[in-house]
Amino acid sequence: MPINLYIFVSLALFAIGVIGVLTRRNVIIIFMCIELMLNAVNLLLVAFSKMHLAEMAAKLPGATNNGVDGQLFVFFIMVVAAAEVTVGLAIIVMMYRNVHSVDVNFLNRLKN
Amino acid sequence: MDYVWLVPFFPLIGFLLNGLLRNSLSKPLVAVIGSGVILASFIVSVALFMQVKAGTTATVTLFDFMSWGDVHIPFAFQVDQLSSLFLLIITGIGFLIHLYSTVYMKDESSLHYARYFAYLNLFVFSMLLLVLGANYVIMFIGWEGVGLCSYLLIGYWFKNIEYSNAAKKAFIMNRIGDLGFLLAVWWLLSKTGTTTFTEVFAKADTLSGHDLTIITLFLFVGATGKSAQIPLYTWLPDAMAGPTPVSALIHAATMVTAGIYMIARSNILFTLAPYTSSVILVIGTATALLAATIALKQNDIKKVLAYSTVSQLGYMFIGLGAGAYTGAVFHVMTHAFFKALLFLGAGSVIHAMHHEQDIRHMGGLSKKLPVTHLTFLIGCLAIAGIPPLSGFFSKDEILAAAYGKGMIWYVLGVIGALMTAFYMFRLYAMTFRGHFRGTHEQEHHLHESPAAMTIPLVLLAILSAVGGFLGVPAVFKENAHWLEHFLSPVFEKSTALQVTHDMSHQTELMLMGVVTALVIGIIVWAWSKFSKYEKTNEESTGIGKLLENKWYVDELYEAVVTKPVNALGKLFGKADKYGIDAVVNGLGRSVQYASRQVRLLQSGQVGSYVLLMVIGMILLFVIQVFLKK
Repeated sequence: MPINLYIFVSLALFAIGVIGVLTRRNVIIIFMCIELMLNAVNLLLVAFSKMHLAEMAAKLPGATNNGVDGQLFVFFIMVVAAAEVTVGLAIIVMMYRNVHSVDVNFLNRLKN
Repeated sequence: MDYVWLVPFFPLIGFLLNGLLRNSLSKPLVAVIGSGVILASFIVSVALFMQVKAGTTATVTLFDFMSWGDVHIPFAFQVDQLSSLFLLIITGIGFLIHLYSTVYMKDESSLHYARYFAYLNLFVFSMLLLVLGANYVIMFIGWEGVGLCSYLLIGYWFKNIEYSNAAKKAFIMNRIGDLGFLLAVWWLLSKTGTTTFTEVFAKADTLSGHDLTIITLFLFVGATGKSAQIPLYTWLPDAMAGPTPVSALIHAATMVTAGIYMIARSNILFTLAPYTSSVILVIGTATALLAATIALKQNDIKKVLAYSTVSQLGYMFIGLGAGAYTGAVFHVMTHAFFKALLFLGAGSVIHAMHHEQDIRHMGGLSKKLPVTHLTFLIGCLAIAGIPPLSGFFSKDEILAAAYGKGMIWYVLGVIGALMTAFYMFRLYAMTFRGHFRGTHEQEHHLHESPAAMTIPLVLLAILSAVGGFLGVPAVFKENAHWLEHFLSPVFEKSTALQVTHDMSHQTELMLMGVVTALVIGIIVWAWSKFSKYEKTNEESTGIGKLLENKWYVDELYEAVVTKPVNALGKLFGKADKYGIDAVVNGLGRSVQYASRQVRLLQSGQVGSYVLLMVIGMILLFVIQVFLKK
């Protein structure tokens, strides 16, 4: 499959994520959109990693871990995202307990 | 001679002790420390002098003071004939004046008493540094130090605004001269690569005439500031605001002779620069005459002595300009004796009169103050140049040198000498002769000063009387000029270059006789005229008024220098306020305004932040993709 398709899918996912963050007011939806953007990046990383695998193998024959750093990043991102989710969801729970809403526009108390 | 550092070290210790412990030391202790350290210095100086007299001279390097590239400026002391002689004058007379001060200043509170002695010790320390320094930089440290101490001591009674203004005036005038000194040292450094005296003088004949003239002229500018010559002399009469012993020590005997010392030290440079020597001769003569005319009409006992000092300094410069370096140094020495004596005598009179300084309110003090009277009379005779007192010999030597430069200088010098005799005996007669013109209360309290004040007077009177025999001219006895013989190694190179116009002994004797007769005539006239002085309310007119107002030189400086400088300062003040400040304030204000506007972006709406962030990212993306390539 040509790399272009991966890039288009990834871009679409990312754009959906951005637009979701910009337009929605529900914190949980915004949160999900952020996850969407992270995963768009993950997809891209994996795709490029696979693309470079062949030529790296040609350059350094015999090495077994060539070109896997992109995939490694993906794992890191997943772990970080998981950690972030725990913190983020905890915040959302606390927010709901305090203001009985998950609307971000309630979070402007520091204004003025 | 390695112990030479002890000489300035003792006064430094005295300064630190008295200065730092001024709150806790008792007055007698302060007096003992203050005078004791100077006495210790004096004893060391005598030991040094004995060694120098026996023929050893040395340069003692203590440590490397400054060092860069090929230039090394050591912190070194030079002990030779000239410096050892000055050491004796400074510490010897300094000690007598410290002793005198212990009583004269006794009415001050113990804190201020200690402050006084601390300043005085610091002054002696700086002066010793100036004289001992083996290069121009060390000399300059002392040069600045004495200027500072002079400022501190003139403004000693700083609560009086006039006194502190006088102090500022002295400091600023000195600074003008100091700049000249500095420029000369830099010029010298750039041309010879060294500031050490011996090395500079060895290279003196390799310098071009042009360089030498500029260097010596700048050095002379320095000397006019410190030694109160035209055009920078006006600070010295105002410096009389300080306590009288200070005037005696700093503004008569030692500090003001720093310029003469410096020129005598650099004699070879000046000998090789005939143009500068002529300038010095002209300035010296003009100062001697101008100050003498002003002194004729002054009524403040200290002011008369101050103008007399300026005038006598003028004589020393005549000597320097005429190439009679020994004569100038000789006059420094004898002048130190009799002028210190006169100032201390004046102090004794002021002390007895309860701080009355106007001689119109004195008179007839000879019976009440016998010791002061007698010593003051000796001082007056010495300064007027009556043989065989010291002033006669030194002044005669300078006048003889002036004669060698041309008849006109001699005649002008003699006119100055006659005026000296007149104003000194006017001062003497108005103070000690006639009848008392002060208040009854003052008359009731008149008393001779205590021993600590009269002993220095007596000692200085003896020195003033016999000091001249150190330099008996050849006309009386061949090879009797001990000082010339003693100082000859210092002036050796200059003497070799000078063409001497020796006048015949007959002419010299005749001129001496005529001048002495004229001086005696003037003295008798002034004595008889002012013994009968009565207080009048008549305003003096014409030339008298001009002299009373000191030729309006202060007013002239006020109009020509002070006012324009003030106006310029105001202009710059405005430029600063409306120009530079406006730019700075404007910048600040515009930043404030801009931030107030930008602050509105912080709406608290998370969505708008994210939108801005995304726009920013898109912009970066666009730049990266489309513009970078």
